[in-house]
This record gives sequence, C-alpha cells and structure tokens, in this order.
Amino acid sequence: MTHALTALIAICTREALRFFGQRSRMIAALVRPLIWLLVFAAGFRAALGLSITEPYETYITYETYIVPGLLGMILLFNGMQSSLSLVMDRELGTMRLLLTAPLPRWWLLSCKLIAGALIGVIQAYAFLGIAAIYGVSYPAFGYVAAFPVMLIAAFMVGALGIALSSTVRQLENFAGVMNFVIFPMFFLSSALYPLWKMAEASALLHDICMVNPFTHAVEALRFALYLKLNPLALGVTLGAVVLFMALALWGYDPGRGSVRRKA
Amino acid sequence: MLRVSTLALCLGLASPAVASEIWVTNEKDDTISVIDIDTLEVVRTIPTGERPRGITFNSDRSRVYICASDSNAVQVMDPETGEILHDLPSGADPEQFVLSPDDRYLWIANEDDAVTTVVDVETRKVVAQINVGIEPEGMAVSPDGKTVITTSETTNMAHWIDTETRSIRANTLVDARPRHAEFIKDGAELWVSAEIGGTISVFDTSNQSEITKIRFDIQGVHPDLIQPVGFELTPDQKTAFVALGPSNHVAVVNAETYEVEDYLLVGRRVWHMAFSPDHSQLFTTNGVSGDVTVIDVAARKAVKSIKVGRFPWGAATR
Repeated sequence: MTHALTALIAICTREALRFFGQRSRMIAALVRPLIWLLVFAAGFRAALGLSITEPYETYITYETYIVPGLLGMILLFNGMQSSLSLVMDRELGTMRLLLTAPLPRWWLLSCKLIAGALIGVIQAYAFLGIAAIYGVSYPAFGYVAAFPVMLIAAFMVGALGIALSSTVRQLENFAGVMNFVIFPMFFLSSALYPLWKMAEASALLHDICMVNPFTHAVEALRFALYLKLNPLALGVTLGAVVLFMALALWGYDPGRGSVRRKA
Repeated sequence: MLRVSTLALCLGLASPAVASEIWVTNEKDDTISVIDIDTLEVVRTIPTGERPRGITFNSDRSRVYICASDSNAVQVMDPETGEILHDLPSGADPEQFVLSPDDRYLWIANEDDAVTTVVDVETRKVVAQINVGIEPEGMAVSPDGKTVITTSETTNMAHWIDTETRSIRANTLVDARPRHAEFIKDGAELWVSAEIGGTISVFDTSNQSEITKIRFDIQGVHPDLIQPVGFELTPDQKTAFVALGPSNHVAVVNAETYEVEDYLLVGRRVWHMAFSPDHSQLFTTNGVSGDVTVIDVAARKAVKSIKVGRFPWGAATR
C-alpha cells in the first residue's frame, strides 16, 4: 500500500516538476483558450442568445457559452500532452524504469493519469479565474461542483492519450494526433456551438457530436458550473473513462508484446 | 395621493398577504400572464379583449385597466377574480394610458385617431378629447397631476397638456418615433424615449427646455437595432433601466450623469418593464421571444427568463 502511494507521489511530483519547470507551457495552455474567448467569442458576441437551453435560465452571450468548452479544451490539450510524454519517456528509456517498478501496471498508469489530470485541473481553474475577471462568472459553489467533473473529464482525455501513446512510435507523430484526434474531438462537440445549432446545420453533424464523449464531458462540466446534474453527460463521460482506460491497459499489456518489443 | 397610498399600505398589511405579482399583457394571445414574484412562474393566464397592450393598476391595486387596442376599449378588471367588470369608452385603438394621481381620470392615447381621450373612470364617460400629433402613444402624468404628456410617434413631438384646461400648453420636438415618457426626480425632469432616433431626450419641466440626450451604443450590435422604448427608474431616481427593443439589451443609465453604465442581455425585442414591489427585481417584456427576463437590480444581471404568451407587451406590478 505504501509502495503504491510512494509511486503515486513520485509520479505526481515528477509531473509537477515537469509542468512548473516549463513556464511557457502554462502560458501556452492559457493563451490558447484566451484567444478563443477574447478574440473569437467577441466577434460572435451578439450572434447567440436566441434560445435558452439547459442549464441556462436566461439569454447568454457567446462568451458565457464557450467557457465550459474552453475548459474542456484545456483539459484535452493537457491530457494529450501529458500522456504523449510517455512516448518521449519510452524513447529516453525512463519508461522502462517506470514499468518495471514492482507494482501492478494498471496502478502505474493510473498514477500517471491522476498526475496529468491534476495538472490539467490547475490550468482550468487558472482559466476560470481569468474568465471571472473578464466577466464570465458562476455561482460560488459552481466552482466547487466543477472540481470532480473536471477531474473525470481530465481522466477521460488522459486515458485516451495513454491508449494512443501505446501506438504512437515517435514524438513527431504528435502532429498526427493533433489532426486526427484533438481537432475532431474539439470541433465536433458542443464546446463551440450548442447542439441545437449543429442540428440546424446538419443532422449528421449533430449525431456525430452526440457520440463524441468530449461533448458529454463539456456538457457535464457546463451543468456542474451551474450546480445542476446532467446524468446522461456524466454517465457517458464516466463510461468513456472506463473504456479508454481499458484500451490503455490493453495497449500496455506486456503479454501483447508491443511495448516489450519497443522498450 | 399620499392618503390613498397610505390607506393602500394599511390594507396591504392588514389583509392576508397576497404574493406580489407581475402582470404582463400578451399582445397576440389576447391574454394576461400573471407571474408570481417568489416562484418566478406564471401562476395565472387571464383572457382579455383583443390585442392588450398598456396595463396599469389603480393605487390600491383593486382595479386593473387594460388597453384592449383592437377591441377599441379600455377594460376594467378585478385583479382578484380576473373578471372583466366593464369596458370604458376609450376612443379608437387605445395603446397606452396613464391614470391621474387621484385615480379618477384615465388619459388614453388613441393611436389611430391622433387624439388623447380623457375618461372619467367613475362615471365611465369621455370628458374630453384633445387633438394631438399623429400616432400618439407615450403617456405620462406629472406627480402633481397638473401636466399630462402625450408623445406622437409620427409627429415626433411631446405634447404638454394642462390637465385643468385640458388643452395643449406646449409642444417639444424629440427624435424620431417617441414611444414612452416619464416624469422623474419629483417631476423636475421629463424623459422621452425615441425608438428610431435611438435616444432619450431629457427635458427640464420648468421651462420645457432640453437638458441633454442620452445615446446608446452596444458593442457588436448595429446602431439601427438600438431602439429605446420603455424605461423605469429606481426609487432613489439615480439609476434608469432602458429597454432597447430589437438589440435585445436593457441599458443601465446613471440618471445623474446621463451616462450609460452597462448593457444587459435579455430576450428578443424588449419593450416595457416593471419592478417588483421592493424594487430588487425588474421584469422586462420580450415580444419576439415571448418571455419575460428577470433582472437582479443590485447585481445588474439577468438571472432568468420566464415563458409567457405570444408577444408580451406591457407590464405592471401588483
């Protein structure tokens, strides 16, 4: 048990050191969503506000609408970045060190996941702070209720990242992941446009958004910020955590040999 | 006036407390939606005459007057039962009106006839008709009851009517399409909103001279859409809330400096509004979206929108 905790603390510390050591990473993590909020959303300021959908009780500006989506974006980028650092670890050989620790592999990967998620949630709160200064704020308890949901969302994208990292051979392939995973997940979701708006454009787009677990993570977060529960969104997100984690474990299964071969 | 309201206060305290309500006329549904202020839900829907627009209560809230424009009548309703007691002869197409401070006379703008009609609510008879500009709409009465204002939408004037002689004492030009007028600061100032002009003209009532014009500018909204209509002031007369029509915003104006301090997003095509009795909440009627947005006055934030009937127009506090 203590071994397990030691491993968790060690991995978290390493992740934190890595994160806080790169100040530019924090800045980059915040600049990306801020550009969306301050530039993109400002242009569409008056474009939304034509329909009230849950969890909102009145008309909202576009800035208000996209904040939960941008929180999702932060968690998504961070989750991918942190998990794909496993690829680098593999190239540098530190992964061998990690995976040969006398602890179950699922626990080691979970530690990695928790560490990455916590870093992501810190960034998300920093962004929420800036959004509040900008004028998009939530009920005080909304910030508390959002914590577990953000953690679950971070687990989901982190687990997906770990599953992917087992197939990515070189760090250079990160661009491919960007194109084929991060962008579709982000754009084909309710992060930037409400689903009813998507349905107006195309029923197919709407359906794709509905099966995208990232949509559900964003919606669960959106509801939590207003102290409401969206059981479907939360359920799908939790289901996706389990699924992606199972895939990650399968990807790192020593019996399958892919990792052994490479490492 | 004071005695009447004191009496009303005593009655209000003595009788089992009726939950405060906001009454909203639905122009296209021919109904009134009654919103309970505590639950923020529509608790009653009451049928009215055709195309109800202006709505006002008498000072002890025992009667509600409704401009049923297409029925060419002002209807008198018992707010307790929702029953229409009788119609008042209003002249054609009544749109807005004011009740004199002594509760005796209704001054009614007849949009199609270019007249202002004065009706005695006790004898139920028209006592005067005053020719005014074309398409009269906005109506206001000074706190001392000596002056009534009619604004005419097409003539672009505010007509100052002497209530003793029932004749026009003065005319002042305002910007295009004046919709709503209100005496503020104990009658020292008259504000008139101009829908197409996009301004509120502020007049000194002592000499009918213009003090200033309040202008509006919302980031990202085309100026043509900024059309001020209804407005209300907080009891301290320091802050005004101005409905800006199809810009879907309510402006918060500092009534001392005449500067706009904030814009609040509400539903579509916002026209009129009413405060809760304690003035902590403001209810705006959003015609196109068919709802009423509740504004937290202190926080200056829209907190909720409540579905009502089609094309809500006027609002009054019970």
